[in-house]
Amino acid sequence: MSTAALAQAATDNGGPVGLSEAIAFWILGPMALAGALGMVFARNAVHSALWLALAMLNLGALYMAQQAPFLGFVQIIVYTGAVMMLFLFVLMLVGRDSSDSVVEVIKGQRLAAAVLGIGFVALMVGSLARALFSVTPIGLGAANGVPSGNVAALGRLLFTQYLFPFELTSALLITAALGAMLMTFPHTRTTAKSGQRATVEARLRGARVSPLPGPGVFATANSVATPALLPDGSVAPESLSEIIETVPPSAPAPLAPVDAHALVGADHAKSDRISSGEEAQP
Amino acid sequence: MTPTYYLLLSALLFSIGTVGVLVRRNAIVVFMCIELMLNAVNLSLVTFARVNGGLDGQVMAFFVMVVAAAEVVVGLAIIMSIFRARRSSSVDDANLLKY
Repeated sequence: MSTAALAQAATDNGGPVGLSEAIAFWILGPMALAGALGMVFARNAVHSALWLALAMLNLGALYMAQQAPFLGFVQIIVYTGAVMMLFLFVLMLVGRDSSDSVVEVIKGQRLAAAVLGIGFVALMVGSLARALFSVTPIGLGAANGVPSGNVAALGRLLFTQYLFPFELTSALLITAALGAMLMTFPHTRTTAKSGQRATVEARLRGARVSPLPGPGVFATANSVATPALLPDGSVAPESLSEIIETVPPSAPAPLAPVDAHALVGADHAKSDRISSGEEAQP
Repeated sequence: MTPTYYLLLSALLFSIGTVGVLVRRNAIVVFMCIELMLNAVNLSLVTFARVNGGLDGQVMAFFVMVVAAAEVVVGLAIIMSIFRARRSSSVDDANLLKY
């Protein structure tokens, strides 16, 4: 039984497309196309990112259908997992509402781009259809190796024939990480950082030695938008903030007729409450 | 059905990415279109590996993924620093070298 299955697996080297793979292709391929089109036509950049994630997921599944399970999983983990989340992260940093403007800067640019795209599609599809439809695929059954599988075969190839390029990618990744760190480092300071002594001297030579008055937080308003009042009742101009709209100071409200419970002692209030509770019970 | 349909899908995705690069003006979306083009090429590499019966195409696709990851990191860092300097992520605003 198992030998028969193995023999069938050995003969079925995955070259020609079977029925199940064809079904998978005609489901996943249009979904990948829809993701790509949605990415180009979505007005909001976050929607574009989500459409692209859909397209990449479907491409990963298509890799798995084509005897490349390792690449399929790497596609899902690296692209839809890491790269797209990095894109979304930067989108959120840059500003989610930074949608495209509809104004055409170059006249007829969209029309020219569409014509070029359609022409490119016609060229590629025509040449591919003419050149490659009669090709019979060999399939990866022998290359993947029946006992070891795709991952082991890829690893063997990477660490023997492609060892030097593989080592070079490490240099590439380290360079990219260093470059990204350098480029996003905020080196916008143009003047030297002033020390404590310089700060003190500048303050003593300046017009005002003392710190600026804080906002007036009264009993009526606990907002920092309330300005501080000078002893004569006028507003201290230094206490006004430049970025907060100032609320005019309101006079404290006149004392309302207070609840009697607030004036009597705690014991009285408690006994009063207990007695009223007893009254409330029928 | 032959694996050539995969190549047709790859060509379609690649040209959609090209049109997106030409049409969109948000730098991040342009960058996403470039990612889509890289993915389309990866699909054709995987298909060629299957047609030729060797794993070299899959190794190439693997290297393309590594390079694409490095490219995303550097490109997004460039977009971030441009956004810091100009407060905009539109490719029309970065035109200091134009004249």
